[in-house]
Amino acid sequence: MTVAVLSAGGLRRKPRRVLPGFNLTLGYTVLYLSLIVLIPLSALLFKTFTLSWEQFWAAVTGPRVLASYRLTFGASFIAALVNVVFGLLVAWVLVRYDFFGKKVVDALVDLPFALPTAVAGISLTALLAGNGWIGQYLEPLGIQLAFNPNGVVIALIFIGLPFVVRTVQPVLEDAEKELEEAATCLGATRWQTFTRVIFPSIAPALLTGFAMAFARAIGEYGSVIFIAGNMPMVSEITPLIIIGKLEQYDYAGATAVAVVMLVFSFILLLIINALQAWQRKRGGAPV
Amino acid sequence: MKTSTRLALVAALSLAGLAAQAQTLLNASYDVAREFYKDYNAAFVAHYKKTTGKDVKIDQAHGGSSAQARAVNDGLDADVVTMNTTTDVDFLAGTGVVAKDWVKRFPNNASPTTSTMLFLTRNGNPKNIKDWDDLTKPGIQVIVVNPKTGGNGRMAYLAAWGYAKKKGASDAQAAEFVGKLYKNVPVLAKGGRDATTIFLQRNIGDVLVTFESEVVSVDREFGTGKVDAVHPSISIVAENPVAVVERTVAKKGTAELAKAYLDYLYSEEAQEIAAKHALRPRNPAILKKYSATFKPIQLFTVQELFGSLAEAQKVHFNDGGQFDKIYTVK
Repeated sequence: MTVAVLSAGGLRRKPRRVLPGFNLTLGYTVLYLSLIVLIPLSALLFKTFTLSWEQFWAAVTGPRVLASYRLTFGASFIAALVNVVFGLLVAWVLVRYDFFGKKVVDALVDLPFALPTAVAGISLTALLAGNGWIGQYLEPLGIQLAFNPNGVVIALIFIGLPFVVRTVQPVLEDAEKELEEAATCLGATRWQTFTRVIFPSIAPALLTGFAMAFARAIGEYGSVIFIAGNMPMVSEITPLIIIGKLEQYDYAGATAVAVVMLVFSFILLLIINALQAWQRKRGGAPV
Repeated sequence: MKTSTRLALVAALSLAGLAAQAQTLLNASYDVAREFYKDYNAAFVAHYKKTTGKDVKIDQAHGGSSAQARAVNDGLDADVVTMNTTTDVDFLAGTGVVAKDWVKRFPNNASPTTSTMLFLTRNGNPKNIKDWDDLTKPGIQVIVVNPKTGGNGRMAYLAAWGYAKKKGASDAQAAEFVGKLYKNVPVLAKGGRDATTIFLQRNIGDVLVTFESEVVSVDREFGTGKVDAVHPSISIVAENPVAVVERTVAKKGTAELAKAYLDYLYSEEAQEIAAKHALRPRNPAILKKYSATFKPIQLFTVQELFGSLAEAQKVHFNDGGQFDKIYTVK
């Protein structure tokens, strides 16, 4: 986004910005980000520097740790995918239809934001465990949703839903109905209208929602811990590994694993952001 | 947990402002000791008033034992720590927050009470579980705490290992025995309370391995008669160590009060209160008086079989240790 314009008269003077206060706001942004994000993160890095390279490598590549990466990133990915599909559906219904109780449904979407995640974990477990309201009917069928990786995915779907709905909703609201009408007039089928007209305009928002739900899921601890079962090599999430290391007073080892998670998440978010930028360029969708 | 610690800290700080009339003392303790210390604090305040004429106010901060130790290390102004594993106090001694020789500062390894590991089975013990051997049988589901995340779990693991050793097993055989036991574990609980919830509210498992002192709270919270307490033939002594936090008492000038507070834990009155909360008193007469709760079983100490808890930690629970091998070596 370039907001600089040449000053009148075409003189080759330093371009002035239209908006005043750039220095002040940028300074504030840098200070704020440093205080809230960068300083804690660099403290994290410094703690890991107390380890030698071999120790660091051993801490972050233990078999249990590797298994936990697979679970955390895998389950977060699946949960975010599920949320993209069903979150889009929810957003669609909320934007395009009017029905009784819509406001209530709309408010419900935000609940996973507000609810303490431990509460969510405990209630999900109470529902899905072998003696729970839902679990008691599923268990005889051989379907186990609590105390295994399935439980992890379910908890992550729960906490991730609002991210997708809340990012897609405003974009859907702004989408021009006329375009769809035009598409219909030009003889497009409903499916074509969706894939060629609607989808390209909401795809960046969907990607953002996916990225946010995914990133949130990777760091989630409270809700997962109650439903996962926490068996080594099977249902241990990476945040639990970190807690486990802290319980052994292995501060450095814990931060080492945290740094690995951080780097992975950062790379993933970068890729997703890049995808989004590429998507915008290609689709020419409104920025 | 964290918020309660913080609230307690805030409370302690704001009270410190008014400390002119009454000295305050903050006791950082583990989760399930809440009820015991509520009763004990009342008794101590009365005792202190009677013997010195001074008023004193005791605040409590509870959390997972090692989470509490980390909080104290990071600056929580607790005057005393009362933990449920020596590892936690050793850690504080290592960082210089409590005295290096804290074990010798008070009688009985600075542990006024102990506990041991026993089994809780479903009412009537339908699977007829009597001893550690029964936990390794196929088809038995055992609920225990993850030794990586809770002192309760470390003690359960060491108790099982010690049982095998006491029966004459070699280290390899003991490892196999413990491995078989953990193969019967469907869910590894995060901490003592979590394990109780899984066993009683989620109704998972045939037997729960936990501290003797948990039995009382299980009866209180879930009603009596839901579970049977089964004492195995052999089990471990789990010490509940206490120590003065030198850093805080030097700053607050509460050294004397802190010592008096911990000393009084050894008094007959305090030992009796402990017994009522199913913590094994050190006082032999009181222990005997409550022998219905504290079945006299063969007990071994960590020092006897493992050298020290720190050594056991290294061999068994640290990354790549024996416990990890149960899951990573096929």
